[in-house]
Amino acid sequence: MKALLMHRDRDFDARELPWNQRALVQDLELPTLLAAMARGDKLVHEVALKALLTGCRNDPDTILYRQAIARDALANPAALRELYGLTWEALESKRKSFWGVWGRHPSSVLFGATEMMQMFAGMLRRLRGIARAHAASFASEGFTALFGMLERELTDEYLARVEAHLAGLRFRGGVLISAELGPGNAGRRFVLREPHEDRRPWLRRVLARDPPGYTYRVPDRDEAGAQALSDLRDRGIDRVANALAQSADHVESFLQLLRAELAFYVGCLNLHESLAALAAPTCFPWPSAAGQRRLRCRGLYDPCLALQMQRRIVGNGVDAGARSAVIVTGANQGGKSSFLRAVGVAQLAMQCGMFAAAESFDGELCTGLVTHYKREEDATLERGKLDEELARMSEIVDHLAPNAMVLLNESFAATNEREGSEIARQVVSALLEKGIKVFFVTHLHAFAHRLFETAGGQAAFLRAERLPDGTRTFRLVEGEPLATSYGRDLYERIFAAGA
Amino acid sequence: MREEVEPPALRAHDADDADDADDAGAAPALRCGSILFPGADDVPARWQEAREPPDCFHDLNLGRVVEAITAGRQEYDLAPIFHAPLGSLDAVAYRQEAMRDMEHRALRQAVAAFAERMRAMRRLLAAAKESAYELARQRWHLAAVEVYTEAVERLAHDLGGAGLAARGLRGFRDALADRARSAAFRTLKDEARSLAAALQAIRYCMLIRDGSITVCRYRGESDHGAAVAETFRKFQQGAVKDYLYKFEDRPSMNHVEAEVLERVALLEPDAFAALARFYGQHADFVDPAIVRFDREIQFYAAYLDYVDRFRGAGLPFCYPQVSDRHRQVGARDTFDLALADKLVRENGTVVCNDFTLRGPERIFVVTGPNQGGKTTFARTFGQLHHLASLGCPVPGLEARLFLYDRLLTHFEREEDIVNLRGKLEDDLVRIHRILDQATPNSILILNEIFSSTTLADALLLGREVLRRIVRLDALCVCVTFLEELAARSEETTVSMVSAVDPCDPALRTFKIERRAADGLAHALSIAEKHRVTYRWLRERLRT
Repeated sequence: MKALLMHRDRDFDARELPWNQRALVQDLELPTLLAAMARGDKLVHEVALKALLTGCRNDPDTILYRQAIARDALANPAALRELYGLTWEALESKRKSFWGVWGRHPSSVLFGATEMMQMFAGMLRRLRGIARAHAASFASEGFTALFGMLERELTDEYLARVEAHLAGLRFRGGVLISAELGPGNAGRRFVLREPHEDRRPWLRRVLARDPPGYTYRVPDRDEAGAQALSDLRDRGIDRVANALAQSADHVESFLQLLRAELAFYVGCLNLHESLAALAAPTCFPWPSAAGQRRLRCRGLYDPCLALQMQRRIVGNGVDAGARSAVIVTGANQGGKSSFLRAVGVAQLAMQCGMFAAAESFDGELCTGLVTHYKREEDATLERGKLDEELARMSEIVDHLAPNAMVLLNESFAATNEREGSEIARQVVSALLEKGIKVFFVTHLHAFAHRLFETAGGQAAFLRAERLPDGTRTFRLVEGEPLATSYGRDLYERIFAAGA
Repeated sequence: MREEVEPPALRAHDADDADDADDAGAAPALRCGSILFPGADDVPARWQEAREPPDCFHDLNLGRVVEAITAGRQEYDLAPIFHAPLGSLDAVAYRQEAMRDMEHRALRQAVAAFAERMRAMRRLLAAAKESAYELARQRWHLAAVEVYTEAVERLAHDLGGAGLAARGLRGFRDALADRARSAAFRTLKDEARSLAAALQAIRYCMLIRDGSITVCRYRGESDHGAAVAETFRKFQQGAVKDYLYKFEDRPSMNHVEAEVLERVALLEPDAFAALARFYGQHADFVDPAIVRFDREIQFYAAYLDYVDRFRGAGLPFCYPQVSDRHRQVGARDTFDLALADKLVRENGTVVCNDFTLRGPERIFVVTGPNQGGKTTFARTFGQLHHLASLGCPVPGLEARLFLYDRLLTHFEREEDIVNLRGKLEDDLVRIHRILDQATPNSILILNEIFSSTTLADALLLGREVLRRIVRLDALCVCVTFLEELAARSEETTVSMVSAVDPCDPALRTFKIERRAADGLAHALSIAEKHRVTYRWLRERLRT
């Protein structure tokens, strides 16, 4: 039995997070997003984080599969929360019960496992009940399959058989064990046996007594003998105790997986509610396969900023078409960084199957998302700032595959403009040649200008809009990078401050 | 069912057996000699085994070598064999032959398999001996017989196909083949096998209730655990924790199990009656000659396993030519085993050395810088001779060695904190004793003699000792800081010098070269460093 709410054919497995998870979380302000998704639920927080960070491994099919489930979740908030709550209740009552702490001996393992199975059987019956009550209002393939599976696997007949087994394992008629003679004629290969159900008429039963057994009775005061007897009994029930305990563990891990996979959709639901409360738009993106250069969006905004400011914020529209690079220039405080974050968060949201913070979003899947941001704190005093930046760039290069996406935010600004531009030019040209997508927020005019002249077809150029009176609209407009002094002034100021 | 052997004939049987080995029951011991000594009965005791190591062992680090060789084989008590050098060329050849046969991988594996089975047999016999319950004891004994017959049969087969060349191994092989073919052995094996099969097929049931246990026949009752597992299979989610209890492996059964076993015997009277009969008939089934082989073959196996370590690191071993007349000994690319063992473990580099004595030469005088490998060279010389006298291959590409009567060593005793006079006196007493014992067929190894006196004294005493050794015509290695001793122009003495790295005179190479001890080594190596040697100048100066 599997939940299969994250993948059509397998469990959600996010043990391996991408190498740059810390940078992503920091640069894209993910803690704000995650807090809104989790609302204090640690499990939702953990699952949402993993889902966001591992989205780059999903294909378009998986993404659409999850989107459908997420739509169901948004449409049936009460049922979703009820299912999620039941998984918590089952797992919590296991955690709080004394059965969880089984002894090591087979008899105590068997006792604990029997009790636990009894409880789980009841929980599974309730789970099936919820599924039955709400099946009609769920449309997604994932939920339909899950509910169908619960109906199919947990029939009344099956649950009755489980109960019968649990009763039989209390061994009212004694424990019957078969054995063979091993080394030194000691018994081995102990196998617990189900006594034949005697369906013969009582008269034949009495007459056809099988060859009699030979009985040994342990003397009353023989404590070692009693111990030896219970040791033999333990050997007999060891395997069945193990089987039952493992089955209980399996049921538990099914419930855990179900809970974890539901948690992702609970997170989606929470975030959706929070953004809806700000009247901030959301949409389910249309994912294109990696390699099909495509980025077209309307009203794209940074949900983290919206959540922090608790209001709807200005969105941007971009149509990069088939171009592999988006170069953003222009005045400081013009919404450039916020745009870059919006692009990154939307990309992660799309790739994990969630809705995006935009009015519409058509994008291409990437094979990996990395950020190269100016780092404020200098961890090691020995290294110069540019040295540190380039070391990080080098580390990034180690991990890049074609169709990865790199977000650069004021990279290579730790030197003068000419040199910074040259480094940027070399890095960006190489990345583009190797089929890597680049989003670059920069003040390096020489670089941006030269790229515009030489590789205009490969790159879209956006400029932070600044009205003649100096007002920033926080809107980006497409256009040639300007050689105006805004950028340069700011750059020099920053550089002077940084130096 | 298996054939029944008539039980009443048991006692009379043994008496008949003396003149007819091809009958059931205990067979007489194999008639064959030792695989370590030709005609073992006439070998002098001191060549056979020595509990205590010879005096030279400590100085030559041979104690450590033997410890490493015999490690993991304590049960065979092999060290006494390694302590006892052989006194005849034929005895050396006898072992070299067997050692060469044992170089074949297939034979080594066969011997290892045999040894493993014999070890298993001993464990089973020990279990039988320790068992408190008759029915258990009988079964342990039966298992020991099964392993033993398998061991003998496999060994006979493997030795038969091994293409043996060694006299000792061929003799044993033939005797063993006869044994494995004998009717008595076949009967023993077949009976054991069918009896074990009958016991193995027994299956019974126990019904355990409060305080009692009922033993009865198994009547096809179904597997309860499997049914439970089947019911819950649909929840399976990949690997989970294992709750199987780790029951201790009890060496012996407890009394409840013994009671159960007795009741199983009541259910299966035929099989248990046959087991009791078998036990009575074959109490003593192990052949002492096979036990002896099991130990003696380990001498070869142990040594060759040890050698493999070095060969694996690219270090050569060879079968030395051994002579009891020619003293023109020599070896190529040889090395100190104890040191090499350590270096190989640490992935270090082992430096190999050559030495040769020609014509009347008898004495190596080794000089040169400290820590340059002089003592190592002296040890190597001694180790090679001791190992050769055991019939073992020795370190090196090739070697001609001498079959000595005594290997006498004098190494400086490090820990002695005595006054100078005391130490010199001690040195003299020990040297005197050595010279007293030495014959022309002895080998003497002297390391840093007379280091505790003035130069003039040391020279005087050193020359005197060497003169005596020359007169004795014995082989000798003398390590000394006294270059004057090496400068003797006598034709019996060869000067060996520990070399230094030409590019860096401060670096020891641990190479010992045959060269005059003229003190030029240092100057030459500095010239080398500055590329002003003849060779360099020819290369550097353009024509």
